[in-house]
Amino acid sequence: MAEVMDRVTKIIVDRLGVDESEVKLEASFKEDLGADSLDVVELVMELEDEFDMVISDEDAEKIGTVGDAVNYIQEKM
Amino acid sequence: MRLEGKVALVTGASRGIGREIALELAKNGADVAVNYSGSKEKAEQTAQEVENLGRKAFVIQANVGDADQVQNMIKETLGHFGKIDILINNAGVTRDNLLMRMKEEEWDDVMDINLKGVFLTTKAVSRSMMKQRSGRIINISSIVGVMGNPGQANYVASKAGVIGLTKTAAKELSSRGITVNAVAPGFIETDMTDKLTDDIQTEMKKQIPLARFGQPDDIAKVVVFLSSDDASYMTGQTLHVDGGMVM
Ligand SMILES: NC(=O)c1ccc[n+]([C@@H]2O[C@H](COP(=O)([O-])OP(=O)(O)OC[C@H]3O[C@@H](n4cnc5c(N)ncnc54)[C@H](OP(=O)(O)O)[C@@H]3O)[C@@H](O)[C@H]2O)c1
Repeated sequence: MAEVMDRVTKIIVDRLGVDESEVKLEASFKEDLGADSLDVVELVMELEDEFDMVISDEDAEKIGTVGDAVNYIQEKM
Repeated sequence: MRLEGKVALVTGASRGIGREIALELAKNGADVAVNYSGSKEKAEQTAQEVENLGRKAFVIQANVGDADQVQNMIKETLGHFGKIDILINNAGVTRDNLLMRMKEEEWDDVMDINLKGVFLTTKAVSRSMMKQRSGRIINISSIVGVMGNPGQANYVASKAGVIGLTKTAAKELSSRGITVNAVAPGFIETDMTDKLTDDIQTEMKKQIPLARFGQPDDIAKVVVFLSSDDASYMTGQTLHVDGGMVM
């Protein structure tokens, strides 16, 4: 869990230019981290590359918070 | 050369306008992936000519109306060239009939290839273009998509749809350095227009202020311009290349 969270955090910090301390499990990409819809699409693309998995469009639509992303990856790994 | 180091994918590049676009891109320095649906030999011939111009070519079969085949085409092309800088959505068909007689199948075929095909390729290619923060997408619409044409309800609707899709994709992708434009050709001499009767051809010529039919390279040259850095401040536009038919 911690390891996945670290890797996800790094991608979010790089991509959205937010501070590491803001990246909490309950943080919403759009509401708390200032992402627009296209940023979320790109984040999902980067997560796919980072964790070498395919995230379907249907699944991607359900990822709204940092926790959603971490849980999803955890389950798929 | 304007397109040195760029990689282009041209759908429907075995014949007609697409073939000419592939060659014109190569003349300007681009490597080209040549897509076709059924005409393998003709596609290989286009590829050979690209190579004769000193550029790399890659032949890839796919029906652009089929999501899996499109996915595979993009994957294979990226695997081969490592990137796609320029996507030309040129593949297109006609199944003409009067509205009253048009079969659902004729409608669906044309929509699948001409409109859904553009959606599928754009979606599939935008991922890699977004990552590289640059890209050029050029969609071949048609002037009849702007003005309507009896006997072509399906085709006209698909080509008008392409213009709307062009504008939306342009807005969605602009922040990632990708431009999306369309070209609307008038009457261009290819297999597609060869099918029309002499009467219709004569009638059409009367509507062309420049009083001649266009050639595939009239379109290809404009496509090269839109693919180049010279057009970097244009997006969401439809250029009419039609001898002045619609003003
Ligand atoms: N000619 C005109 O006056 C004119 C005017 C306005 C717009 N346009 C547009 O310009 C584009 C090219 O037209 P053209 O006159 O060059 O037509 P064309 O000579 O009939 O060539 C059509 C090309 O599209 C390919 N194609 C057809 N169905 C396909 C599919 N399902 N998947 C992939 N490729 C497919 C064909 O490949 P195969 O050889 O393998 O079948 C061929 O390379 C079309 O979008 C057309 O609507 C043409």
